Amino acid sequence: MHPATATRAMSGVSLSGALWSILKRDLLVAYRHRSQLANPLLFFTMVVTLFPLGLSPDPQLLSTIAPGIVWVAALLAAMLSLEGMFRSDFEDGTLEQMLLSPHPLSLLVLTKITAHWLISGVPLLLMAPLLGGLLNIRPESIGILLATLALGTPLLSLIGAIAVALTVGLRRGGVLLSLLVLPLYIPVLIFGAGAVSNAAAGMDVTGQLAVLGALLAFAFGTAPFAAAAALRISLN
Amino acid sequence: MGSLTAPATQSPSFSVSGLSFTRNDELLFSDLEFHLAPGEVLLVEGQNGSGKTTLLRTLCGLAMPSDGEIRWCGRDIREVRPEFFADLAYVGHCAGLKGELTPVENLAFTQATQQARHDVAPTDALARLGLPENCEWVPSRCLSAGQQRRVALARLLVTQARLWVLDEPFTALDLAGRRQIETMLAEHAAAGGIAILTTHHVLEVDGACTRQLRLGP
Repeated sequence: MHPATATRAMSGVSLSGALWSILKRDLLVAYRHRSQLANPLLFFTMVVTLFPLGLSPDPQLLSTIAPGIVWVAALLAAMLSLEGMFRSDFEDGTLEQMLLSPHPLSLLVLTKITAHWLISGVPLLLMAPLLGGLLNIRPESIGILLATLALGTPLLSLIGAIAVALTVGLRRGGVLLSLLVLPLYIPVLIFGAGAVSNAAAGMDVTGQLAVLGALLAFAFGTAPFAAAAALRISLN
Repeated sequence: MGSLTAPATQSPSFSVSGLSFTRNDELLFSDLEFHLAPGEVLLVEGQNGSGKTTLLRTLCGLAMPSDGEIRWCGRDIREVRPEFFADLAYVGHCAGLKGELTPVENLAFTQATQQARHDVAPTDALARLGLPENCEWVPSRCLSAGQQRRVALARLLVTQARLWVLDEPFTALDLAGRRQIETMLAEHAAAGGIAILTTHHVLEVDGACTRQLRLGP
């Protein structure tokens, strides 16, 4: 009998342990690659600070266009970081190993998406109040800006995961990735920036926040499955 | 959360029937048939480009065959995917190591995500593969190609997998490394495991029943 056979029945493979170790590994890899980590954040900050220089430093004008600027910059920064979700794993073969795991692939993918959001989305979230303040968004609306970004950035990671999974097998998938992902990002942008503008005008924003929440819930339930299926196709 | 236990007392068997693979309208292989019992080692031979890697990826369930069936313990691998993957260790062309992580961290990750053998510590497995001790805690990307291959192959020792699928395991290995892998294969076979591998080297596995499969002309 194989020596493994005897102990096998006792030692089940723990799913939570596996998910935790994937999250830990991705965060550790990102931490050891700190320069790459700063890239989207730097981009976000740069785009936002360039607008007052290019347009006009008029506080009135800035506060009108600020929600749009912050949201567009956050969206582009998220897109910039998308490739990293599966690309390096694909190149070093660890993605292949993940596909051969006895655990449900969709849950492993969801864990990777969570790690990606923690690495790329959360820093944007932390930076946004500061940049919002610089663009003269009123303190009352900054809370709404944060709420929309908190609902929106995980949504960007979830939607992006499907597109990255589809294009990871292509040598130069960058352009295709942008083409795939941008139309899907537009609703998020409209509702996100719209809510902040409404808040600044003193209007009710529960509608937009509810739509963003619904989109997030929908993507949370479906995107991991779609991305997992796309990965199996990409590595075929 | 849930945990998964493979049905295990049953001795393993791996069989393939009518397997064909077409890529870009070109037939790579067709109507492959074989059955592997515990203790058997299958050596897949063929020229470059004859489809050896594709065959191994298909046998792992990574690539979809155009036709045919692959059975693990008598069941189609697509039906028993979790159980099959729990019993499978695949070492492909890419080492499957994170360059930022140390060899020990890489193996610990394998243990956490696959059906692990908890009686073998990552450092023991690396020592058996002959990786110098001072290499165990440096980032894997700093290792030489042969050392990276040794780390990749050390994965075989820390999982309970009964089916090993190895794509050119001897690439970049020196003679001592090759002998070590042959010893590991012999022990695996003696313990009732099954192995499928490709290599351009002469394979000497003591005591195991080595069978050959030739692809292409």
